[in-house]
Amino acid sequence: MIVEVGHFALVLALLVAIFQMVVPAWGAHVGDERLMRVGEPAALCQFGLLGISALALTHAYVTSDFSVANVVANSHSTKPLLYRISGVWGNHEGSMVLWVLILALFGAAVAAFGRNLPETLKANVLSVQASIAVAFCLFILLTSNPFERINPAPADGNGLNPILQDPALAFHPPFLYTGYVGFSIAFSFAVAALIEGRLDAAWARWVRPWTLAAWMCLTVGIAMGSWWAYYELGWGGWWFWDPVENASLMPWLAGTALLHCAVVMEKREALKVWTVLLAILAFSLSLMGTFLVRSGVLTSVHAFAVDPQRGIFILAIMTLFTGGGLALFALRARNLRQGGLFAPISREGALVLNNILLTTACATVLIGTLYPLVLEALTGAKISVGPPYFNMTFGPLMLPLLIALPFGPLLTWKRGDILGAAQRLMFAAVLAIVALVLAYATFHRGPILAPFGLALGVFVMVGALIELATRVRVGDVPWRESLRRLKGQPRSAFGTTLAHFGVGLMVVGIVATSAYREEKILVMKPGDTTQLAGYTLAFQGATPRTGPNYREQVGGFDVTRGGNDIAVLEPSKRIYDAPPQPTSEAGIHPAWRGDLYVVLGDNQNDGGFAVRVYFNPLVRFIWIGALIMFLGGAVSLSDRRLRIGVPRRTRRATAPAPAE
Amino acid sequence: MSSAMITRCHRLATLTIITMLGCSSALGVEPDEILSDPALEARARSISSDLRCLVCQNQSIDDSNAPLARDLRLLVRDRLKAGDSDEEVRTYIVARYGEFVLLRPPFNIRTVLLWLAPLLVLLAAITSAIRIFVRRPPRSSRTGAPALTGAEEEKLRALLAEANKTEKS
Repeated sequence: MIVEVGHFALVLALLVAIFQMVVPAWGAHVGDERLMRVGEPAALCQFGLLGISALALTHAYVTSDFSVANVVANSHSTKPLLYRISGVWGNHEGSMVLWVLILALFGAAVAAFGRNLPETLKANVLSVQASIAVAFCLFILLTSNPFERINPAPADGNGLNPILQDPALAFHPPFLYTGYVGFSIAFSFAVAALIEGRLDAAWARWVRPWTLAAWMCLTVGIAMGSWWAYYELGWGGWWFWDPVENASLMPWLAGTALLHCAVVMEKREALKVWTVLLAILAFSLSLMGTFLVRSGVLTSVHAFAVDPQRGIFILAIMTLFTGGGLALFALRARNLRQGGLFAPISREGALVLNNILLTTACATVLIGTLYPLVLEALTGAKISVGPPYFNMTFGPLMLPLLIALPFGPLLTWKRGDILGAAQRLMFAAVLAIVALVLAYATFHRGPILAPFGLALGVFVMVGALIELATRVRVGDVPWRESLRRLKGQPRSAFGTTLAHFGVGLMVVGIVATSAYREEKILVMKPGDTTQLAGYTLAFQGATPRTGPNYREQVGGFDVTRGGNDIAVLEPSKRIYDAPPQPTSEAGIHPAWRGDLYVVLGDNQNDGGFAVRVYFNPLVRFIWIGALIMFLGGAVSLSDRRLRIGVPRRTRRATAPAPAE
Repeated sequence: MSSAMITRCHRLATLTIITMLGCSSALGVEPDEILSDPALEARARSISSDLRCLVCQNQSIDDSNAPLARDLRLLVRDRLKAGDSDEEVRTYIVARYGEFVLLRPPFNIRTVLLWLAPLLVLLAAITSAIRIFVRRPPRSSRTGAPALTGAEEEKLRALLAEANKTEKS
């Protein structure tokens, strides 16, 4: 019964979405306020109905209702509660329900919190948002219905893939989708503005908080996925340039560019065309990601051809919205008035550089991901585009971006003083050189350029702090005055500093762990010891153990360092009951200087075990960096200027930075 | 292809549904494969991290525990022991398994767009950025006022000349 209620709610949500798509937009067109206002209750109602639908599906999972085909295919009665819940979005049908639910959530949030939006803009935004919901509700109902019953109902389900039964991965999709789908708001705002032909600084100010919220969630979502891959896949890799990862990285890159571009538009009314284009692209890339992951086209072009129904449906959705958005852009972009003038060396100029490099990086990832598919479809030739390609192309694009990053916030609007900025960054440069020398002195191995990468990370980190110090004029005025100024800084200033600091930290982590990773692969018998990175590991042998829905063989390793006990690591090999699949759980000793990472391999003929020991230096910096970027976004989002939304033209003359 | 291998592939395919890499506990190199000469082993690792495990999705043979990956790893090591250069090993493998095995696609007629694309996009982006600075619309059109006609220009010049004269006097 509850399942049918869920199904029915989904159908109702589709109808409400159709209503919401048509009526407010028509109202905006003919200038009827009553018609425009129905968008708000419709958006809230649509969200409520989708919420009921999602809860009904969750109920079926939690109670293990095996009369529902989707539950049979993806759940099992012995699965712990957390994974019965996360199983809802751990499959195609359920994840699409989550997708539209989040889409509706953003629409409802605009309806509820967008009090200060002009009526017509709000009506158009809600209409565009609803049109996306219509497309995806239709997609679910026609090709991927999660509420389908099965008769007769089997006694138990097939279970969820064991390596997905993990806390980080349980929450990875909701974050990722909130990021993906959140860009739909930027898209809806862009399309609505193009329809209306009105695009000004106020528009950028309304779009920014939504984009920022989506970007934050996407950042955390990607970081969680990477972290999961690191500890679950069993060899300490954290990024693989897998098409599925690229699918989430592309909207992130476009979204990052959009965030920076919108700042220019908000402050200076410049770069309107770019901002609108990026808003359309960020969401188009989210749709592209959905298409790539959902259609099966990645597994092979042939798999797509065998069961093309879903793939073609999403392809049609993607073409419709991307093509529609871009066509509208092509028609209307010419009419967008240019905003404030600026010199190439200026804050705006730096943000233009940011946009150039981020969009090129995004295009590179896109081309690398799609090229083999397109080539195979056109010529039948199969090639692989793997990590070496992305490292060779993406890396060089990040280099100038990271060098320029600390300069950007130090330049003034309109016309900046690059020598002055360089002087202020002198301290960062000195620390970077110290890091460089230390790295060369410490490590006598690894790629020759790695110390430069570390130095760059340090430069970005210190540069971010210097920017804040410059704002509060540390050194120029008494520290009491600096402290007072610090308190007076807008929160978005702290947000910038934090986010940029996080980028630097991440760079240090990435370079250190990629260049200076240590590894030992050997056979160990009980009683054997081995050494790596200053740690001594003594193997105590392996013992069998039983978990809630798996059996495992647990290896015991006593870890000591300089005679002191550090940890007992227990890597294991697991066999899950349903589906019966082996997984490997790494034993990890986390520390600031790096992680000791032990993996238990197969039994050898002589009674020993294959053992892999890794030391991943500073690897945690990668995720801590991402977390700091997230915090930067959160602090910035709490800024009063974004919350109140109404643009206030500040009359103060833009005081040029003191010449140095 | 063994049936175990096929099920493994299927499992990999289903895994990608949740995003992130689709591979099971990837364990790659086994202890018994490692060459006694560390220099040779390092070369083997570097070569195999650029070779694709053909039965997996986006995994190098260095990371994959599929039986085929192991065969390829052993093959790479055999060729190295026989005295092949890195390039010769790669050529040897490509001759048997095709270009699909290379994770770093070679530069040829088929991949020319792939390799040049980032550069072209960068140039396009830079060009459109330069246009912001170079092809600025003249001030008059920015403020929305139409440009002056010839007669108006004439009149303006006369007025300015007049003003100058009065200033001087």
